[in-house]
Amino acid sequence: MSAQTIVSLPDQSTAKMPKRHYINNEHGLLSWLLTGDHKRIAILYLISITFFFFIGGAFAGLIRLELLTPQSDLVAADTYNKFFTMHGIIMIFLFLVPSVPATLGNFLIPIMLGAKDLAFPKINLLSWYLYLAGGIFTLTALVLGGVDTGWTFTTPLSTHYLNTHVITTALGIFVAGFSSIFTGLNFIVTIHRMRCPGMTWFKMPLFVWSHYAASLLMVLGTPVLAIALVLVLLERLFGIGVFDPTKGGDPLLFQHLFWFYSHPAVYIMILPGMGVISEVIATFSRKRVFGYSAVAFSSVAIALFGFFVWEHHMFIMGVSNYSALVFSLLTMLVAVPSAIKVFNWSFTLQKGSITFETPMLYAFAFIGLFTIGGLTGVFLGALGMDIHLTETYFIVAHFHYVMVGGMLMAFLAGIHFWWPKMTGRMYPESLSKLSAVTSFIGFNLTFMPQFILGYLGMPRRYAAYPPEFQVLNVLSTAGATVLGVGFLLPLLYLGWSLKYGAIAGNNPWQATGLEWQIQSPPPTENFLETPIMDHEAYDYEWLANKTKHEVTTVG
Amino acid sequence: MGHEEHEHVVLPQHRHHFETEEQQREAGSFGMWLFLLTEIMFFGGMFFSYLLYRNWYYPAFATASNTLNIWEGAINTAVLITSGFCMALGVYAAEVRKKGMLVTTLILTTVFGLIFLGIKYDEYHEKYELHHIPGNSFSVAQFVNPHAYGIQEEPLAPDMAQRTQIFFFLYFAMTGMHALHMIIGIALLLWLIKRAQRGDFTNGYVAPIENFGLYWHFVDIVWLFLFPLLYLINRHPLH
Ligand code: HEM
Ligand SMILES: [Cu+2]
Repeated sequence: MSAQTIVSLPDQSTAKMPKRHYINNEHGLLSWLLTGDHKRIAILYLISITFFFFIGGAFAGLIRLELLTPQSDLVAADTYNKFFTMHGIIMIFLFLVPSVPATLGNFLIPIMLGAKDLAFPKINLLSWYLYLAGGIFTLTALVLGGVDTGWTFTTPLSTHYLNTHVITTALGIFVAGFSSIFTGLNFIVTIHRMRCPGMTWFKMPLFVWSHYAASLLMVLGTPVLAIALVLVLLERLFGIGVFDPTKGGDPLLFQHLFWFYSHPAVYIMILPGMGVISEVIATFSRKRVFGYSAVAFSSVAIALFGFFVWEHHMFIMGVSNYSALVFSLLTMLVAVPSAIKVFNWSFTLQKGSITFETPMLYAFAFIGLFTIGGLTGVFLGALGMDIHLTETYFIVAHFHYVMVGGMLMAFLAGIHFWWPKMTGRMYPESLSKLSAVTSFIGFNLTFMPQFILGYLGMPRRYAAYPPEFQVLNVLSTAGATVLGVGFLLPLLYLGWSLKYGAIAGNNPWQATGLEWQIQSPPPTENFLETPIMDHEAYDYEWLANKTKHEVTTVG
Repeated sequence: MGHEEHEHVVLPQHRHHFETEEQQREAGSFGMWLFLLTEIMFFGGMFFSYLLYRNWYYPAFATASNTLNIWEGAINTAVLITSGFCMALGVYAAEVRKKGMLVTTLILTTVFGLIFLGIKYDEYHEKYELHHIPGNSFSVAQFVNPHAYGIQEEPLAPDMAQRTQIFFFLYFAMTGMHALHMIIGIALLLWLIKRAQRGDFTNGYVAPIENFGLYWHFVDIVWLFLFPLLYLINRHPLH
């Protein structure tokens, strides 16, 4: 079969906005704040997550500004510590963890499964309020004077030695953690119990599979973070020594508890992004993702392995050589399922007929940057290298390649891909392509120099550095500025498109998922009658037949 | 709402986004099981810490656990199991639609729960009087010099005696978390009793009672681990 013949994007000029949809179904602020509709909750999340992203981004800007010169001249060292702490905490807990699941996952999972809503709409709304409360606590700590523990709340620094607003912040993260637990729980139950007739496990879109795996991690990992934070809080309040070595406690215990969550947490962050990429690649190469079930299972494998490698964050903290070796090997093992995905995407692309719409550009950026990030991760996983590179800018570059280059690009890919579905409108094509290219260039300009800096030995978490590192730092700051523009552009033109964008129609990309078979924006109840899943995921032949049929019935 | 076409009776509690009553019930209980799994991970972190430290500071932990009041602990275990039994009867009552029995068993569950908390309070109070609450007023005198307190125990070296504080910290963290779960449970019970009196759960809609039953049994089971771990291991009589 030749895939090309099937591709013909529909003529959008004739599309009309549906009369009734989830946005205009009810009116007034309260109808949003008390809604049980997963789509509206997704929008609430989208707005609040974007807000926190730009606050976290502002701190990144301040950090880069300080590092423009070798001296610590913009702010004092302790203020600098607060900057990178707030940057890390906001970006990790208030942006990366909820980003794709709470917005796109919330919006799409029920529709992709052919359900009317998530299993527990009220809990879904509750988790948004918990997220908001967590965010507000964290911002309160900021207004009161900030925290300087680093995003890892390292004890005994956080419990005894630092006199900043650890309690407020930790409480914020604790509360936001429950938001993530409830989201994961809601997804798992929905995926198990709410699939429409015909929607077998292996007909589910890969986006759903990746959320299933990520949800397992949220449900199993987040409580351990919660208890670690509770112990920090109690220790700080009562001055006891569970983690303080001078009182017989052991900071390693905190490290174990923290990284037991936080390593899997990197997969909570990245798996949903991988789901987005699978959808985008399938759609714009008009192909079923090569090795569908390998990609599906690799998500679950990542989730399970992810629980066994936490100690690689503790190599330099005096864990035994023997266990370091075991964890080093296990860490390499986790790279395998991620690599499987990258290979399968590449094969899909190779066999497909590719078009370069904006989401696809972001997906390409994802694959390139994530691969670099992942490969450097393997470097770090190798024991000897880690000891040389740890706590240098190499680490910073590594996790930004994975998380920003990976997750953020995936988030933007997903937002651009489903924007027509969520709002019923298209965005300006050339401007959006420009922003994808801008952020890709800006990204590399920002973080490539940091690999070199780290290799040369520039330590992370200092406001001042030796003058010979300045050139690379200036480059990095310049890159951050370009990157900043790349992130601001979408905010502007997506906002613009809400009012002036062309009407999108049901299926502007000619994609096969159930979400594209209903009107855009969808009605409150998603499906007027229960759908039946009668084709495989990404079955373009089915779509072609269906379209032909519709054309003949209309004509 | 478009559900008239289903053959079975549609109860007022049926939420519109579920296809069937059965689907709603299954989703609810599946959700509850998952939630309990997160609770296991939550308590698991504390159990892990406890076992780790117990291993390191074995003498301190053994001595300190000997000062817990084993009788109060044992009575509480019995009280909690009784309350769990009442709850199980309550679930049965809801299933066979006996309103009076449901209300009675829920009230009994609450009463036994409150007795448990009362005894817990007494234990905490005792720790307070002995200066065994971690923090600035914590005293290790009893462990460094037990004979002065009329206790037949090996004295601990001052360094090791300090570690008893970690034992008490974990004791309070774990039993406190458990008690917090009981308090939340009792609040829910009061709400369920009110609704049960209105007959909300004896018309075939038993999901809330069933799910709460799971929660309450989970709280029981956590205690069944806490009791031996904190009170019983290496127990030898104190005179
Ligand atoms: C999948 C997405 C990934 C994300 C989001 C991610 C994120 C991170 C983050 C945030 C850190 C920094 C922790 C800190 O502040 O100390 C880190 C460190 C590390 N990562 Fe990754 N990572 C990912 C994949 C990988 C892979 C595939 C490997 C190895 C095969 C790896 C190996 C490491 C190691 C060994 C460290 C510890 C470095 C050190 O502090 O000594 N990571 N990663
Ligand atoms: Cu890790």
